[in-house]
Amino acid sequence: MAEVEETLKRIQTQKGVQGIIIVTAEGIPIRSTLDNASTVQYAGLIQQLVMKARVTVREMDPQNDLTFLRIRSKKNEIMIAPDKDYFLIVIQNPTD
Amino acid sequence: MMASKRPKSTGDKKNDSADSAGSSTELGLPDDIFPLVLTSGTQELFECRVDKDVTRESPYKILRKEEILKDMKTRAAVSDFHPIKQTVLNYPGEELLLMFDRDFTCGQNFYLVLTEESKKRILEPPVSAREDTAEGTSLDSPPCKTPECQPWVSLGSEREIEEESVRDSRPRLKYRISRVRRKFGAPVTFTDCNAQESKDKYTECTSYDDRKFSIERMEITTGVQAVPTLRSISTQTRWTYPRNMCSQYEFREFTEEEKENIANSENFRNFVNSVVSRFEVAAQQNMIFDVFFNDWQALHEEDGIFGGKVETHLKEYQSFTDLHFTKEKTISDINWHPTINGLIAVSVMEKLSSEGKINGSAKLLQNPPLIFFWSFSDPINPQLLLECPDDVLSFQFCPSNPNIIVGGCMNGQVVLWDVSAHADRLQGTRSAAGKATSANECALPAFQDKRELNTPVVRYCAVSGVENGHKARITDVQWLPENFEISKAGIPVENKAHICVQVITCAPDCCVMFWDIRLPRVTTHSLTERKPKVTETPHLNRSDVPNTFKHLDLSWKPFIKVALPKKGTGAEYSPLKFSLRDNINDNQTGGSTETSEQNLEKSEGGTEYALLRASSAKQLKPLEDISTRFYIGTQDGEVVYTDWKMEKDNDSGRLLSTKPSHCFLVHDGFINSVRRSPFFKDIILTVGGWTFAIWKEGVMNGPIIHSSCSPKKCTVGYWSPSRPGLFFIGKEDGNVEVWDLLEKTHEASQTQNLSTTQITCIKPWIVPPKQHFLAVSDHSGTLHILEVPWSLRSPSYNEKSNMAKYFEKEVDRLIFLNKRKEMRAKEKKDKEAEEQKKKMEPKMPEKLEEQIEEENLVHYKTYLAMEKVILKNMGLLSDEEPALN
Repeated sequence: MAEVEETLKRIQTQKGVQGIIIVTAEGIPIRSTLDNASTVQYAGLIQQLVMKARVTVREMDPQNDLTFLRIRSKKNEIMIAPDKDYFLIVIQNPTD
Repeated sequence: MMASKRPKSTGDKKNDSADSAGSSTELGLPDDIFPLVLTSGTQELFECRVDKDVTRESPYKILRKEEILKDMKTRAAVSDFHPIKQTVLNYPGEELLLMFDRDFTCGQNFYLVLTEESKKRILEPPVSAREDTAEGTSLDSPPCKTPECQPWVSLGSEREIEEESVRDSRPRLKYRISRVRRKFGAPVTFTDCNAQESKDKYTECTSYDDRKFSIERMEITTGVQAVPTLRSISTQTRWTYPRNMCSQYEFREFTEEEKENIANSENFRNFVNSVVSRFEVAAQQNMIFDVFFNDWQALHEEDGIFGGKVETHLKEYQSFTDLHFTKEKTISDINWHPTINGLIAVSVMEKLSSEGKINGSAKLLQNPPLIFFWSFSDPINPQLLLECPDDVLSFQFCPSNPNIIVGGCMNGQVVLWDVSAHADRLQGTRSAAGKATSANECALPAFQDKRELNTPVVRYCAVSGVENGHKARITDVQWLPENFEISKAGIPVENKAHICVQVITCAPDCCVMFWDIRLPRVTTHSLTERKPKVTETPHLNRSDVPNTFKHLDLSWKPFIKVALPKKGTGAEYSPLKFSLRDNINDNQTGGSTETSEQNLEKSEGGTEYALLRASSAKQLKPLEDISTRFYIGTQDGEVVYTDWKMEKDNDSGRLLSTKPSHCFLVHDGFINSVRRSPFFKDIILTVGGWTFAIWKEGVMNGPIIHSSCSPKKCTVGYWSPSRPGLFFIGKEDGNVEVWDLLEKTHEASQTQNLSTTQITCIKPWIVPPKQHFLAVSDHSGTLHILEVPWSLRSPSYNEKSNMAKYFEKEVDRLIFLNKRKEMRAKEKKDKEAEEQKKKMEPKMPEKLEEQIEEENLVHYKTYLAMEKVILKNMGLLSDEEPALN
């Protein structure tokens, strides 16, 4: 438990990180550093996107699987690491 | 039997009978005629009396057979008709014809026609015969004869007609059909029956193809109409109708407990651990490099003007020369008015040549040197003139109050002017475009105040005492910014008044002095003698001199004197120009009008300088981020980096200035400009002699950039206020060079000639929003105002960061250079040491010669053995063969 928190803190303290969310595979948030409304919104939207991305990758090659998803937008970057049961979502604001 | 025979009548009769077909003979009595004699009695009986009933014209009389018979019966043998009794009886018809035969053709006067046909014949034809005869007899004489009507002669057409005509061949049958009576009105029952079941209920005549019979219709008459081709198409349209639908949902969330459970699970922990590493990589990647940066797009911002002529030259905007005053004079300093746009002040002084100075010293009183205020709106008349006690080499507007001007003179005095009285006039020069005055409401030329047409001359209101000031000409005067002030010990402390109160001056008498325009604090003991009271001055108090600085007049003293001793030697540096690090007013451009306006308000609120007192050092908080170090350019071409803080000398207890930390002899002539870059606080440009140099504060090895010697002396230098990498250098021959460090570093990117004499001062200025001016003064006393074109005033993309990088690069280069120097020096030393060592070994070789020979032999033998072994290994040499020598 503590080490999990510690790990999360490690990411949180990286430069530009705005928020971290951990959700289950169904899209229900478990842990978040953002406010509830944003968390829930992110969770719902990203879950669908990850599903789609995963299906895409697997369709092309069934042996393949999705490891990391990065969405770069004008204002920030959303990084998602999917797993069997959980996703970890990190929102970062990369500055030059 | 009566027979009338008359030849004539027979002749007539013959004619008659000859005409008729099938008639009797001519001569004899016709068969069907029987002549009769009728007595008058019978004549009366039968009404055929001669010439009464029957005449020639109507000779016939129809008798009834019955009557004849009756007559015969009555008279029996007497009856005239007795001879023909039989024929009468045989007579088929009912009526007999009795003909009157007048001419007794038949022998008797009457004859009786026995046959029916003859009767007919006679009745009918005799009509025509009569006519004919009548006519014939009458028409014998006329020549043209009308055709006689002939009886119809049938030629066979009757048969055709008979064939064609429809005649009933038999009488028409008539049928009468009627129903049984009992069936009338009886109820009727109908039943269905299939027509096909019983064939006898109907008959049909089916059409069949009769082979024997075929008609081909050769011609058909039909109507034709042109119609467009019809096509029928169908398509299925989708009919959607809008439907109201609404759904509400809520996010699924875990309860706190569930969250905790999950968070504690092993699975979760593993997940987090496995995933975090990816994130670290990704996050760091983002920080390192921006993959999505569009270089191509960023590149385009560098070329500003597309196509067309690119203006790179400084355009001459205006130039000011005053014919009365600036003849044979040169401009020593230029300053733009900090708040009023388009107002510029120049200090004019005699051209420096010592003989001229000595000879012309008498002129000073008659033609006192002046500072001219020029405005763009009036190129001929200056707006204001400031009277100076002596030639002013350098002056500056007070940043917090532009009506106060401080200047340094030739004789070492510091002068103060207050032009507040004429502030309106100066203000009016810009607000009213082109007009001389705006404040004057009465614009009638006759009643205009004549004084206003003449340029007012303002006398200085305070001047330092000759003995207190510098001993040599003051070459640089600067105000200290209003955010800090210097205490007696040289420590920068906060400035509570927030106005500029202190001035720094330097002169080639090897001093840098700090002056305060406030009266010094009243202390019980003082280090320097001073006059405690403001008393009358030996000068006549002129009426038009403002009393702002009365307290300082002639008694003004610097509160700090910084000496600049040279290292090692006892001599001192003679500063000409200096530059402070934190002097925010050093490179003032037009953009800072806001702050100075604020200050103006404060000062206009009635800052009585006379009432200001210098505060005690203890009361004020020292500011730590102000650097007390500054650069000085000296008369000998040295750049000195020193500190103005006063140290307490332990021996005497006096405050002494620190020794300069660094000194660099870089320039070949005296330094005429020491300027900080407006963009980089630690970059300084020094111009002197034939070169210029750029220094970075903190890099004490030398200048980071040192230009090559140019053919002409560089007389002045100034940074561009808008472009970090640009600066202007004025030359001895009147050229203004534009140096762009990002473009070229070995030579100027642009050179422009402005006058024939040397450039004495360059000051750029920005008039917001977009006008950039460059004020350039030359040795002949002309002030040129140039407009800076877009290419020289707008910074290129990332210019500042590029310049910073460039400077850093140069610094690195310098450091590297130094290291190399040291290394080389070290190498040189080592080399020398080695050589020294070598020189110490001459005795060895003789003794060792024999040894060397022996050694050589031994070496050779080992070599041979080795060769043998190698060749054996290679297989080139067999054991039996002798070794090759």
